[in-house]
Amino acid sequence: MEEKKKVSASGIVGQKDKQVRNENYKEYVKQITPKYSLGKNMAKAFLVGGVICVIGQGFINYYMSLGADMELAKAYNTVTLVLLTIVCTGIGVYQKLAKFGGAGTLVPITGFANSVAAPAIEYKKEGQVFGIGCKIFTIAGPVILYGIFSTWVLGLIYYILKLLKVV
Amino acid sequence: MSENVTNQSKMVGKQSIAYKNPPFIISSASIAGKKEGEGPLGNLFDVIQEDPLLGKKTWEEAESELMKQAAEKVLQKAGLKNTDIRYLVGGDLLGQLIATSFGIANLEIPLIGIYGACSTMGEAISVGSMLVEGGYAGKIIAITSSHFAGAEKQFRFPLDYGNQRPYSASWTVTGSGCVILADQDQKSNPSDASIVIKGITIGKIVDYGLKDSMNMGACMAPAAYETIKQNLEDFGIQPSYYDKIITGDLGYVGSNILKDLLKEKNYDITSNHMDCGIEIFDQEKQDTHAGGSGCGCSAIVFSSYVLNQLKARIWKRVLFIPTGALLSQVSFNEGKSVPGIAHAVIVEGV
Repeated sequence: MEEKKKVSASGIVGQKDKQVRNENYKEYVKQITPKYSLGKNMAKAFLVGGVICVIGQGFINYYMSLGADMELAKAYNTVTLVLLTIVCTGIGVYQKLAKFGGAGTLVPITGFANSVAAPAIEYKKEGQVFGIGCKIFTIAGPVILYGIFSTWVLGLIYYILKLLKVV
Repeated sequence: MSENVTNQSKMVGKQSIAYKNPPFIISSASIAGKKEGEGPLGNLFDVIQEDPLLGKKTWEEAESELMKQAAEKVLQKAGLKNTDIRYLVGGDLLGQLIATSFGIANLEIPLIGIYGACSTMGEAISVGSMLVEGGYAGKIIAITSSHFAGAEKQFRFPLDYGNQRPYSASWTVTGSGCVILADQDQKSNPSDASIVIKGITIGKIVDYGLKDSMNMGACMAPAAYETIKQNLEDFGIQPSYYDKIITGDLGYVGSNILKDLLKEKNYDITSNHMDCGIEIFDQEKQDTHAGGSGCGCSAIVFSSYVLNQLKARIWKRVLFIPTGALLSQVSFNEGKSVPGIAHAVIVEGV
């Protein structure tokens, strides 16, 4: 490792061709920058994401026990998880959970809820219209736009396949 | 040190200046946030503000308040009034320098607003010392500030967005630091060493093509390398000429790169290098990853710890090199690399 590193540094300082120098530098920086352990991070994400989903399942079961059907219970569950996330974001607990759980908190609906709540809190100071109004979807915007767009594309494909009697 | 100075001229080598009548640093002040106050240098700052909003409504107003308090503190410590200061040279990280404009408005000191990202303190002292030594100002204030929340909002995500920070990411320092430069020595305590700005090396923009804004240290290290190398070449000296070579906010990753790059040119700074970003926080206890960053980082460390060491004659001569990453959110979104800049200031206790 030490040998390889030294070779890299000399390939940067001595290099006259800027493009080659930049390539070498990128490679060298990659080598010396500490990274998260992928396995550890995945395990943590699995744990946190799993717990969130178990809680969600708990809500579904609870709402069904109150007499809701599956579809309705799912919708209530989503709304409940969103509410919980927003409250946790507001009191500063969610951020700590996300730091630990990474994608485990990002992938469920909790990640989406936090990405809408956070700009709303931050930009409130810039006013209801230009602050919250314009900036609430700065992070979640792409998810909404491309989410809707991709469902439209899939719907179109489904429609064509149906016309062709494939499905 | 003087062999490269041409007759009558103060220009040295390609990018440097050696002052004939070095301006004095007659006063300094540092206002720090809570986290900075809890760090290893906490007891050296003049004021520690526990409230991140400083009683204001927004992060931007809070940063302006930091700067206002720093300017007032430095005047008070020097026993001067705002009318004694000819010009104020300063800037910050926020778009269009709003922390500076709103912060120092009431002081009514003529302003030269500058932007050098986190290298601002180096740039402010450079421009300010030229004004003083050139006879264009008797006294100037060089000032800068940064605020963690304001910087996160401007350059990264809203504060409450939950995500994982990479190990290479740095933590923007909440604080404001400033110094008064004067053409005459006015030190309050005669037993302290007088501190002068001996010379400067203005850095150029250095871009090694990195695009990772979460690894600022690596983006800025080449700029620090080029400026230090140029300083050593211009003055015809070795790194050992300085008791300390103090970079601004390269952090752990950037500092290692800087040492590696300089070693290739046979300059070894491992024994006398120090980075303000590394010094200001306890990496383990305070969870700051690569270290502190922001204009305030080098400014408050310089105006407290570094000047104290010089005053106490523990160090006699240092090279202070704040480093800046000159990206914007637009340039980043448009796929541009992150260019760096670094300005070096030679500070001596005499």
